[in-house]
Amino acid sequence: MEEKQGVLFGKTLRQLESEVFELGLPRYTATQITDWLYKKDVTSIDEMSNLSKEAREKLSERYEMGLSEPVKVQVSVDGTKKYLYRAHNGKFIETAYIPERDRHTLCVSSQVGCKMGCLFCFTAKQGFQGNLNAGEILNQIWSLPERQLITNIVYMGMGEPFDNMEAVMQSLEILTAEYGLAISPRRITVSTIGIIPAIKTFLELSSCHLAVSLHSPFEEERRRIMPIEHVYSLTQVLEAIRSFPLGKQRRISFEYIVFKDLNHSPRHVKELARILNGIRCRINLLRFHPVPGTPLKAPDEKTLQEFKTALEKKGLTTTIRKSRGQDIYAACGLLSTKEQQPR
Amino acid sequence: MKTLKKSTIISNLETAPGAYILSFPRSFDFVPGQVIGIAMNPEEKPRLYSIASGNKEQVIRILYTIKPGGKLTPGLARLQAGDSIFVSEPFGGFICGEEPAFWVATGTGIAPFASMFYSGVSNNKVLIQGNRFASGLYFREDFEKGMGNRYFPSCTREEVEGLYYGRVLKFLSEKETLDPGLKYYLCGSAEMVVDVRDLLIERGVPFENVVAEIFF
Ligand SMILES: Cc1cc2nc3c(=O)[nH]c(=O)nc-3n(C[C@H](O)[C@H](O)[C@H](O)COP(=O)(O)OP(=O)(O)OC[C@H]3O[C@@H](n4cnc5c(N)ncnc54)[C@H](O)[C@@H]3O)c2cc1C
Ligand code: SF4
Repeated sequence: MEEKQGVLFGKTLRQLESEVFELGLPRYTATQITDWLYKKDVTSIDEMSNLSKEAREKLSERYEMGLSEPVKVQVSVDGTKKYLYRAHNGKFIETAYIPERDRHTLCVSSQVGCKMGCLFCFTAKQGFQGNLNAGEILNQIWSLPERQLITNIVYMGMGEPFDNMEAVMQSLEILTAEYGLAISPRRITVSTIGIIPAIKTFLELSSCHLAVSLHSPFEEERRRIMPIEHVYSLTQVLEAIRSFPLGKQRRISFEYIVFKDLNHSPRHVKELARILNGIRCRINLLRFHPVPGTPLKAPDEKTLQEFKTALEKKGLTTTIRKSRGQDIYAACGLLSTKEQQPR
Repeated sequence: MKTLKKSTIISNLETAPGAYILSFPRSFDFVPGQVIGIAMNPEEKPRLYSIASGNKEQVIRILYTIKPGGKLTPGLARLQAGDSIFVSEPFGGFICGEEPAFWVATGTGIAPFASMFYSGVSNNKVLIQGNRFASGLYFREDFEKGMGNRYFPSCTREEVEGLYYGRVLKFLSEKETLDPGLKYYLCGSAEMVVDVRDLLIERGVPFENVVAEIFF
């Protein structure tokens, strides 16, 4: 997506109001534009037929739409599709479409690469290559061939959403606003490794669900696989969550990748029950799929099941997330790393 | 993070092109390796900085570079002695034990190791410092004096006598042995941390022995 001029797609109603004001256009033009951008399927400013000719000309001088089709798709035998989009800086990002019987989840990226350096993550190996703007986050949804089928959106692709807070919050506004895509916030989950100031802002300003990557209840162990633990400790993350009144509708989940012989012992079960006590939450277990060069190993199915059962016995609602798209580099970052120019 | 407290700048000096050392009176105890939040006014979300001074000194020093287009650092660099900043209590767990270890830092990632050094815990440590230019090898003279042949400065964009020419990654990869029993503390950009960690793991260092802090 080239950003020679400004791009319209990804702007909030308020931003458009100030843009049209600057262009000397009537204020209602902004609502007309959001209608075209987020409710109808147009790909050019010229198609915004209820805008005056003057408005269309002025807009075209300054802006492009900012939509871009995926450049590549890989399809798994299980139906999972991994789309590759090009970001404004020429780099690539991934978006995974995961169809199930009654749920079609889209996993979107928020950054090109990532700064957080988690040991088990392939995106981390790309380093940080840039933030996506709100339009680029939304374009992953809007330009998806299966757009109409999506039931749930998760911000769990490349990058740490809370390290790109402004664009992520802007994209969430447009996704959920009446003037935007009007998707229920209950269908949107943002996943973080635990950046506390951003968690607080997110809980205050959005009503979407929050997922926190846990991967170990022990700080000493967690810091070996997630450098963020040195900065924002798990104890403080949980304190921040506990101190916020969540209401009945809002869901907090904890993502927990299970690594062989590392984080699934009875000690872990006990500690998880202790630290999550009092938080209405769900644990999502994910089976680790080794990425190239990792010292961590995959657990077997039995281990995963036993861990789930043990957690449930402690009263923790636990699900095992099915591994999807294993045949198509579905581990986040694998496909785009192949496409990325060397950094 | 706790509330921010007002503090008065003692000095804010450019130590290399675009890099500054800011100091203000110490009003708290900290463990070397910890960070503080700094903002120019109390309503702003603070940015994080590793403390670069020793834990027995009367002042707190931080080392920072101006990020063009950044929200804090361009303005911070304009402040002078007597101006106010807002500072959080120290926090964070990038803390080095008594055992022998390697310290690997690039850019401002040297700050926590400087704090450890000035706090007197560098005796059994090896320090590998890198930056693009020699001017960016902050605190070099002190390290040279204090650590002698356990200090390895390097730069990637200029060849200078006495400095290793190349990335810290290359420096480490050329070492014949890397003791897998030692701890390796890494601090700097995500790229450096991930690349060096991969190299260490490839060379047989268990991941438990690689301790990383990333300045995101
Ligand atoms: C644990 C920790 C310790 C740290 N310690 C130090 C330290 O000791 N010294 C130090 O100098 N720094 C340190 N940092 C980094 C520091 O916290 C700040 O991030 C840094 O100083 C930049 O702050 P800023 O407000 O000036 O820039 P910001 O406004 O945060 O911007 C940073 C840079 O990113 C760019 N940027 C911003 N938005 C975008 C976007 N959407 N797309 C692409 N690029 C963008 C900006 O142009 C700028 O170059 C540390 C960070 C952490 C997490
Ligand atoms: S797991 Fe998420 S936060 Fe961690 S490095 Fe990967 S993308 Fe970044």
